Amino acid sequence: MNLQSFREAAWNGLWRQNTGLVQLLGLCPILAVSTSIVNAASLGLATVMVMAVSNLAVASLRNFIPYEIRIPVFILIIAALTTVVDLAFNAYFHDLYLVLGIFIPLIVTNCIVLARVEAYAAKNDPVSSTVDGIMMGLGLVCLLSVLGGLRELAGNGTLFSGIEMLFPGLSPISVFGPDYPGFLIGILPPGAFFTLACLIALSNVIRTRAAKRKSAAQGPMAPAADQPASAA
Amino acid sequence: MGTDQSVGFSLDALRDRLAYQPLLLGGVALVAGTALTLASNATRAPIAAAEAHDTQMTLAQVLPPGSADNDLLADVLELPGPAAGSTRRIHIARKAGVVTGAVFNVAERGYSGEIRLLMAVDPAGRVLGVRVLKHTETPGLGDKIEIARNPWITSFDGKSLGEPAPAKWAVKKDGGIYDSFAGATITPRAVVKAVKGGLDYFAAHRNEILGVQP
Repeated sequence: MNLQSFREAAWNGLWRQNTGLVQLLGLCPILAVSTSIVNAASLGLATVMVMAVSNLAVASLRNFIPYEIRIPVFILIIAALTTVVDLAFNAYFHDLYLVLGIFIPLIVTNCIVLARVEAYAAKNDPVSSTVDGIMMGLGLVCLLSVLGGLRELAGNGTLFSGIEMLFPGLSPISVFGPDYPGFLIGILPPGAFFTLACLIALSNVIRTRAAKRKSAAQGPMAPAADQPASAA
Repeated sequence: MGTDQSVGFSLDALRDRLAYQPLLLGGVALVAGTALTLASNATRAPIAAAEAHDTQMTLAQVLPPGSADNDLLADVLELPGPAAGSTRRIHIARKAGVVTGAVFNVAERGYSGEIRLLMAVDPAGRVLGVRVLKHTETPGLGDKIEIARNPWITSFDGKSLGEPAPAKWAVKKDGGIYDSFAGATITPRAVVKAVKGGLDYFAAHRNEILGVQP
């Protein structure tokens, strides 16, 4: 894998095909755990692990897996890996495991994982598939962290609450002071939808501007190469 | 599983080998199962240790420091629970052989599901400490019952069935002495009810728990 395709994979995962902003996949965990940065980023990193290893496993086996039974095989691989991650969290990051609870096993049902295995790892070599898994996962981590940060800020007036579970000794940042009454809807489930909608709108504005600038630079007759993806 | 690269994507080759698919699926399942068994074996001891450590830490939180010198995890009494047919595990804290407290779980339905608490009671029936073990209350509202978010749960320390009077075992909104949180009354109400239920239970089983003859 050369530098060019590595850059391509990174750009795809982090921005152009961002799982949350563009593909709108895996919204269930996105909305459920994004009540704070720490929760959101931890689950995101667990997803990165599962995506990297499942992409690697599927890409290595891709020539042996018949098309007809690929889905059961993929799910079997993803489920086994998720269970291993779940056990590992329980054993070595016990406090975090107690916080994330049901959402680690639910990584199996996250359609991002299956989507990348099916759309990318089943057709590409192991190395670039692993990079794709990591980059797609990191795109999710970034989105989850921003979403978690905004919701936490609106709802509680803090940032990084719960950081002491990951790094004992660190403490959360109280942005608006202890008297902040809390804009509750930020933490409640509707807040997740509103915040995500605002982020998607913002990203679409940026994408539209970038596409316009690009087509203007290429001259009026050139087709816009990088259309913003619709939220379909 | 062979080195024939055409096997993967050629449908014709696959139809000739009907057994290939079930065997492959079985093989993958076998590998996955083996991996899980290995992972489960490798993590069993750390998980058990982490859980024991967890229980130990929570037990230590509800008991005042230095009030017990026995192994609380092993010193367990099984008594009939509040519901018919259930049992309740009671950890007995002893210092120099004398009972200094009883630690047990209580549960009550909160705003959105069961709230599980761990509470310690001293031999005189006073609350030594209460901590929330598990809850699914609204984040930002009901979760103030967690000690990490709000010291509210310590307002039970030292309380007993006689102090305050039974009618005062309620949140302030209901004429009691306990604060409730802005926007969340049901959660503290449930916790108050659960703690009072625990004290009632202790009063009813006091002799068995303390090991004295009536």
